Amino acid sequence: MVLESTLRKDVAAMFLTRRSLVAAGGASALAAAGVARAAAPASLLNVSYDPTRELYKDVNSLFAADWRRRTGQDVRINQSHDGSGKQARAVVDGLEADVVTLALAYDIDAIAQRGLIAPNWQSRLPFNSSPYTSTIVFLVRKGNPKAIRDWADLARPGVQVITPNPKTSGGADWSFLAAYGSARRRAGGDEGKAQAYVRALYKNVPVLDTGSRGATTTFVQRGLGDVLLGWENEALLSIDEVGPGKLEVVRPSLSILAEPPVSLVDKVVDRHGTRKIADAYLRFLYTEQAQDLVARRHYRPRSPAAAARYAGKFPALNLMTIKDFGGWQAAHARYFADGGVFDKIYQPG
Amino acid sequence: MTLALPAAAPARWREHSPLPGFGLGMGFTLLYVSVIILLPIAALIARPWEHGISGFFDAILQPRTLAALRLSFTAVALAALVNAGFGLLIAWVLTRYEFPFRRLVDAMVDLPFALPTAVAGIALAALYSSNGWIGSLIEPLGLKIAYTPVGVFVALFAVGLPFVVRSVQPVLQDLDAAYEEAAQTLGASAFQTFFRVTLPALAPALITGLALAFARGVGEYGSVIFIAGNMPGVSEIAPLVIVGKLEQYDYSGAAAVGVAMLALALMALLLTNAVQLIFARRGAA
Repeated sequence: MVLESTLRKDVAAMFLTRRSLVAAGGASALAAAGVARAAAPASLLNVSYDPTRELYKDVNSLFAADWRRRTGQDVRINQSHDGSGKQARAVVDGLEADVVTLALAYDIDAIAQRGLIAPNWQSRLPFNSSPYTSTIVFLVRKGNPKAIRDWADLARPGVQVITPNPKTSGGADWSFLAAYGSARRRAGGDEGKAQAYVRALYKNVPVLDTGSRGATTTFVQRGLGDVLLGWENEALLSIDEVGPGKLEVVRPSLSILAEPPVSLVDKVVDRHGTRKIADAYLRFLYTEQAQDLVARRHYRPRSPAAAARYAGKFPALNLMTIKDFGGWQAAHARYFADGGVFDKIYQPG
Repeated sequence: MTLALPAAAPARWREHSPLPGFGLGMGFTLLYVSVIILLPIAALIARPWEHGISGFFDAILQPRTLAALRLSFTAVALAALVNAGFGLLIAWVLTRYEFPFRRLVDAMVDLPFALPTAVAGIALAALYSSNGWIGSLIEPLGLKIAYTPVGVFVALFAVGLPFVVRSVQPVLQDLDAAYEEAAQTLGASAFQTFFRVTLPALAPALITGLALAFARGVGEYGSVIFIAGNMPGVSEIAPLVIVGKLEQYDYSGAAAVGVAMLALALMALLLTNAVQLIFARRGAA
């Protein structure tokens, strides 16, 4: 709409005939629609990762209604979804995202390092800029035939674990860290024992899918494996999709607080003049209205009220955080970079 | 004009051309080749040197990368060779025999071209996984295809087949059956007829098809990752190593593996061209 009406004005300026003037007048009258000049419709691009598609579809229509009520302005929010790392690279390479809502702070850091986002982005919004959280759980088949209760069971011989490749999936990074951290805690901080544990666990993985959705498909549709190790929100979504009584969620004694962060892209909002609305959009995620949606879409809400309302759905868990691994930059260098702990699992010997 | 032009090299370029517009056509060709092919390749080759020569070799000499390159190129070479055999057979059946639904079968050969590769990969994985139609039949026999290196071969075989069929088919159609009949009346056995008469005539087209199937297979990603299992060092293909490096923002490492693949593919294509040349020479002699 913005594009269209400016285009028409440009055309009108070029051919100042009576007819096109009338047409241009008609167009701007339509665009203004009885409201003030500031009310030209706005548009935002939200670049996100795969499993948030349904969540943001709902959030967007709620926000658009809310924004129109408060300011009288129409807003159209476009969504783009793909793997988190791939989306970050697209923004670095020039995808004009007004806001990014990704799986890992590491991916937003990567955009910030290229100067598109202010370095202090994570302190600009409440809760480390993560309006919702999730965690890592086990999804098992009906009746839990392999009796999988906790982390140690995943490394048992004869158990097949489905989980994606931490090299290509943000969700898999959280899974790996949860597995590693829980083993380290069990071993009283012994890194060698933790490494031996993840080696045994990944020996039980017959397929390393490239993304969380792919791993879910392998486990749920293809029927492979005894346990899916991954996002709580994906596990709950799968249960929704296949119907009750076919799959069960098992929550381990210790997991990790996964904080998918959000940020506006400074360089882009300043160029588009959308900083105000982008900021309002991200802050809207923290409102009670949006937090209720978040919980319904299987993410853990931040608001105590929403959390209390959905306490049955999200039992309290003993959770580590990324700080237990020294933050994303350190964790990435140590565990996932070439030659890191994950690579050593697959080195012979 | 003919008088003014000396019979020198530049004039020879346009000999025998019934079409006008040599300058425009040649200019467009050069522009196209530069912008669409050479420029991206130049950008790729310029990329991996951030950490110097040693950084480049560090990236491609990791055991994981080497294993992936080995798997990619062996699986592709095998799939292309097997495709050359089966593709020739299919092309032969489609051109030399009349049977019901021949046109339909002919059209179906092209389907792998039209299918998004990811769809092909998902379909293959569903078929060959332990509870798929084929997988559930062969798994009790101790054979595993999905999520093993054999799966990589199966996917590459499926996407490469039409290249061979479509390269060989037109040549086979134009090849007069009279040659074969003549060979037989002169006392050649069916075996001799095929290997001494038919195959030499088809060889250039067959090698072209093989090279095309090979080239397509080397870069194949979508159809393979769903069926490969992607275990580092076992069933991980080279393009996946590149994607993995990109996910870590290791652009120079990814480009290094890309350059290595490019060099290997170029060598393989040069080799097939050389073989083609040998056949062409022999055919001319």
